Amino acid sequence: MLRIFKEHQFLFEELVKRDFKKKYKRTILGMAWSILSPLLMLLVMRLVFTQFFGSNTPHYTTYLFCGNLVFSFFSDSTSQGMSSLLDNAGIFTKVNVPKYLFLFSKNVQCLINFGLTLCVFFVFCILDGITFTWRFIFLFYPICCLTVINIGVGLILSALFVFFRDMQYLWRVCIQILMYVSAIFYTVDKYDATIQRLFLVNPVYVIIKYFRVIVIDGSMLSPAFHLLMAAEAFIAFGIGAWMYKKYNHQFLYYV
Amino acid sequence: MSILEANNVSIRYITGDFKDIGLKEFVMRKIKGDYHVTEFWADKNVTFTLERGEMLGIIGSNGAGKSTLLKAVSGIMVPTEGWIHREGKVAALLELGSGFDGDLTVKENAFLRGAMLGYTRKFMDDTYEQIIDFAELEGFEDRPFKQLSSGMKSRLAFSIACLVRPDILILDEVLSVGDGAFRKKSETKMREIINSGATTILVSHSLPQVREMCTKVLWLHRGQQIVFSDDVDGVCDQYQGFLDGRLTL
Repeated sequence: MLRIFKEHQFLFEELVKRDFKKKYKRTILGMAWSILSPLLMLLVMRLVFTQFFGSNTPHYTTYLFCGNLVFSFFSDSTSQGMSSLLDNAGIFTKVNVPKYLFLFSKNVQCLINFGLTLCVFFVFCILDGITFTWRFIFLFYPICCLTVINIGVGLILSALFVFFRDMQYLWRVCIQILMYVSAIFYTVDKYDATIQRLFLVNPVYVIIKYFRVIVIDGSMLSPAFHLLMAAEAFIAFGIGAWMYKKYNHQFLYYV
Repeated sequence: MSILEANNVSIRYITGDFKDIGLKEFVMRKIKGDYHVTEFWADKNVTFTLERGEMLGIIGSNGAGKSTLLKAVSGIMVPTEGWIHREGKVAALLELGSGFDGDLTVKENAFLRGAMLGYTRKFMDDTYEQIIDFAELEGFEDRPFKQLSSGMKSRLAFSIACLVRPDILILDEVLSVGDGAFRKKSETKMREIINSGATTILVSHSLPQVREMCTKVLWLHRGQQIVFSDDVDGVCDQYQGFLDGRLTL
């Protein structure tokens, strides 16, 4: 594994560079968009939903931002990852390279984007009067889990997308649904315990919840909760890796 | 041990299965009972061996399965049946233009393409000047790739590719690129690589080229292996006869 990585490190770096340059080609604001677009989204949500949920949720802006931050990372990373394999068909049908490199490079790009938004998030936290504690260090854990989930889901989607082009429309619908069941702008307290537990099946919600508990409540989650996150990440990545292993040699018949 | 060995290699394409026709169509046909897939053997039972430093010419008309075979040899495809054994580093120059991105500059593209061919960053840093020099593209380095003329594009592609030092070199009609002057230069360069001891496979429609350069020849026709032999001239004569219509298979 390490040997393969070393062998393709140069290619990987060049792919990341390429994806980065292409993303903001011919835009006036360039990189600023990765900060602007979540901010605009936040602004609209803040204006629309404060009426309904804002009054009884402490630090509602931060609450919203947590949801948006995590959700847009997931949605960007998986949606862009989906087409990464097919977009590079011209390369892997002519050169013998590991096919997952294309997805990884897209994910690196999304991770950097997420990092930028995270900085803005912390600025907003200060403005919202959040106290920073040493527990913020634990935010690394959900970020790692989410990155692994993103890669796993990306692997699954990009493999399926080669075979079924319907995936792009299907996934758009899924993302839409996922947004509503991730408790981004509402709280789950009103639901009864069984349904609240059902929310935990959704990995995006789990990560969002982790963020909120650390940042807003300033407390910690149980070890079982940590295990749940790791398990969800492991399952997503496992399925994705298995699909790539199985269909690795069949992709090029369908591009 | 031979450096390259292909044993009963067969490659099958399937058309018309559910991934091809879509899920809806698949269910419809399944209900109607007229769902069937078509098999197409691009190569069937191809067998050959090559020793170090030998040069194989693959000949055959369009659609004979030459390019598919090369993909299998380079490891991009896996044979449906049979096996291929290779030793050492393989460099496949199948389509020189593949992997370039129109929006990136010439310099960025050169590095990207170099990375795809398995070069290291250090190697690219060291030879970049040389590549641009050979491709005669000084002054174009910061232009977007799509603004180059098609001749310039292939010159750049060739200049990057010709730096490979593989054990097995696979060439799919890439010996002739660019205008007259550059073509001469590129042929000399290609011969340099071949003469450096690499085992080479060459797909060519130019019989004189095959006669002159190759030590072995493989004739494919619609996926079938007609002959594999080291009697290059004899086979080329036969093939010429087939092309002229004097010989039928």
